[in-house]
Amino acid sequence: MASELQVGVVAPDGQVWQGEAVSVIVRTTEGDIGILGNHEPVMAAMMPCAAEVVATDGRREIIAVGGGFISVYDNRVSLLSETASLASEVSPEEANRELAEMLPKVDSAEMTDQDWRRYHQLEAQVKAGERFAQLHGQMSEIAA
Amino acid sequence: MPATLRQLRERRKSVSETMKITRAMELIAASRVARAQQRARQAVPYHQELVQAVADLAAHSDTKHPLTSEKPDALRAAVLVVSSDRGLAGAYNSNITRMAEGLLSRLKKEGKQVDLYTSGRKAEEYFTYRHVDIVQSWDGFSERPHYEHAKEIGETLIAQFLRPTHEGGVDELHLVFTRFRSLVSQQARIVRLLPLHLVKADAASDAESASVVAGVETAEQEASETRLAETAYSFEPNAETVLDTLLPLYIINQIRFALTEAAASELASRQQAMHSATDNAKQLIDSLTRDANQARQAVITQEINEIVGGAGALTAGQN
Repeated sequence: MASELQVGVVAPDGQVWQGEAVSVIVRTTEGDIGILGNHEPVMAAMMPCAAEVVATDGRREIIAVGGGFISVYDNRVSLLSETASLASEVSPEEANRELAEMLPKVDSAEMTDQDWRRYHQLEAQVKAGERFAQLHGQMSEIAA
Repeated sequence: MPATLRQLRERRKSVSETMKITRAMELIAASRVARAQQRARQAVPYHQELVQAVADLAAHSDTKHPLTSEKPDALRAAVLVVSSDRGLAGAYNSNITRMAEGLLSRLKKEGKQVDLYTSGRKAEEYFTYRHVDIVQSWDGFSERPHYEHAKEIGETLIAQFLRPTHEGGVDELHLVFTRFRSLVSQQARIVRLLPLHLVKADAASDAESASVVAGVETAEQEASETRLAETAYSFEPNAETVLDTLLPLYIINQIRFALTEAAASELASRQQAMHSATDNAKQLIDSLTRDANQARQAVITQEINEIVGGAGALTAGQN
């Protein structure tokens, strides 16, 4: 029997998502990692990415995480990130625009640490937004 | 006499103006302290996960990390004093600065050089006035600290800690902040943050760092009991990298925690201080009113006396 995962996504200002899930996909410093039930205990450093959580009811949650840490133990998965937001709550257009505004700064190497964090966070939001749109496109096709 | 009557009335008026202000401040502080507490509660899941992860790591790997290694002959210590930006909060800031002074003299006695960092305008003013050098100070967020503020402070201090001592780095980091116990009780505290003292998940929970959020302790203990199984984690890419990511997050979170606690404490002490100021003003108004009434009555009595006396003199003259 496939075991369910207890997933919690937490950011400093509160819990972003919590629930039962079938699988979790995130990007670590070594590459993408997919977690299914009964995964061995793992701790890994996360890259800014669009984390994908397939909930037990089949819904896919896309969460933009700005780097952090993932730990898996006994079917409990926790994603710890300094910035995390649900894809349905971020606007990729806005994130894109801000990214474009930051580009000259990146080119001239004037980025402070804080700017870089914002940059990674925005990148993650854009990715999450794209993935979200893609999934929604599929859903509406199926519906049609 | 009429002059004092007018003076009394003026004083009463001025006190009641002040009372309006103190009452308004009390109400504002009361509503903000509720919000500050709510924010502190929202931070609990993140804190719990971090503490759990750090405890697991400590239990499952013996990897040494610069942030956890004790330096036997520590020469320089950094002290971060968390105070408020504004006064009118009773003894809140003087408690903090007194605690900080105690710590400073203790460290000096141990032969350590102290680098002072402050958060909040009041601590900065206090030490500048006493000609104590401050390495860096932050202000403008004491009532409403955000994660970004803690992050900025944390990164500065971690960088200082990782720098070798002879290049101006520090060997220890102490935190002086106010712990929020309840609306009526706040306590200044000193916590040594660095080098980090890691406790194994199955050991008694670290009294200093792990118990920082009320209500978390019991949850942790339960968790550690259920996790006794000696399962080895696999680390990606390796334990060092994971520690590298995790420990700074942990320290920053501790600082963030200190800032939120301090904010709640500041608001609670302000509420209390303003409450007693309002009470005081009420009493003062009462006694001033009484004095004014007495003065007015005295004037009337005197006038009557004069009239009666005058009338008496007139009748005596007629006879």
